[in-house]
Amino acid sequence: MASFFGGGAAGGGGGSGVQDQQQRKDQLKQQIQVELATANAQMLINKMNEHCFEKCVTKPSTSLGSSEQACLSRCTALYAQAFDHISQKYYQRVMKEASSTPEASLEAQRL
Amino acid sequence: MSATAGAQVPQAQFDAATQRELQEFIDQEQAKAKMAATVHELTDTCWKKCVTGSISSKFSRNEVSCLENCVDRFLDTSFYILNEVKQQRNQLH
Repeated sequence: MASFFGGGAAGGGGGSGVQDQQQRKDQLKQQIQVELATANAQMLINKMNEHCFEKCVTKPSTSLGSSEQACLSRCTALYAQAFDHISQKYYQRVMKEASSTPEASLEAQRL
Repeated sequence: MSATAGAQVPQAQFDAATQRELQEFIDQEQAKAKMAATVHELTDTCWKKCVTGSISSKFSRNEVSCLENCVDRFLDTSFYILNEVKQQRNQLH
């Protein structure tokens, strides 16, 4: 009902004003960033799961034991730490290559 | 290169200038996402290489230095191999 009285923009079809376009543009940008951030977090969780399961649950039994849980807590913290560290190192290297040889930095990013 | 490369802005909803701006934004975000993916891969590789023992509450001194060197040496290796392949290709011609 409400769409008859100017609610058209919400439906995605109408709304051609400059302000409306600005709004939709910002919305789209934000949506893209949120989706990428989610994918990034998802990836980190999957990797933690994979590596920490391997390290901490060496013989899967009928339930997760308390020592396994303690190991998983330590492991996820360490994995996050390693991730931060490596991320820092990688960006440093990309910067360094970019300032010396533009060609090499392209190759570093392409890896 | 990646599956998402070349994502396009839906055209009808935006004017030309906005489309260009959004395309640029998407390209930038895609470049960032690619670098983030590389960091995930590097962390994966370096964790396997460096964290070989059981998990304690802190990294050992050895693990820290291994992780610290891992990124640079991995990239060195990549450049080295690239050069090597280039040279081998030059010798063939």
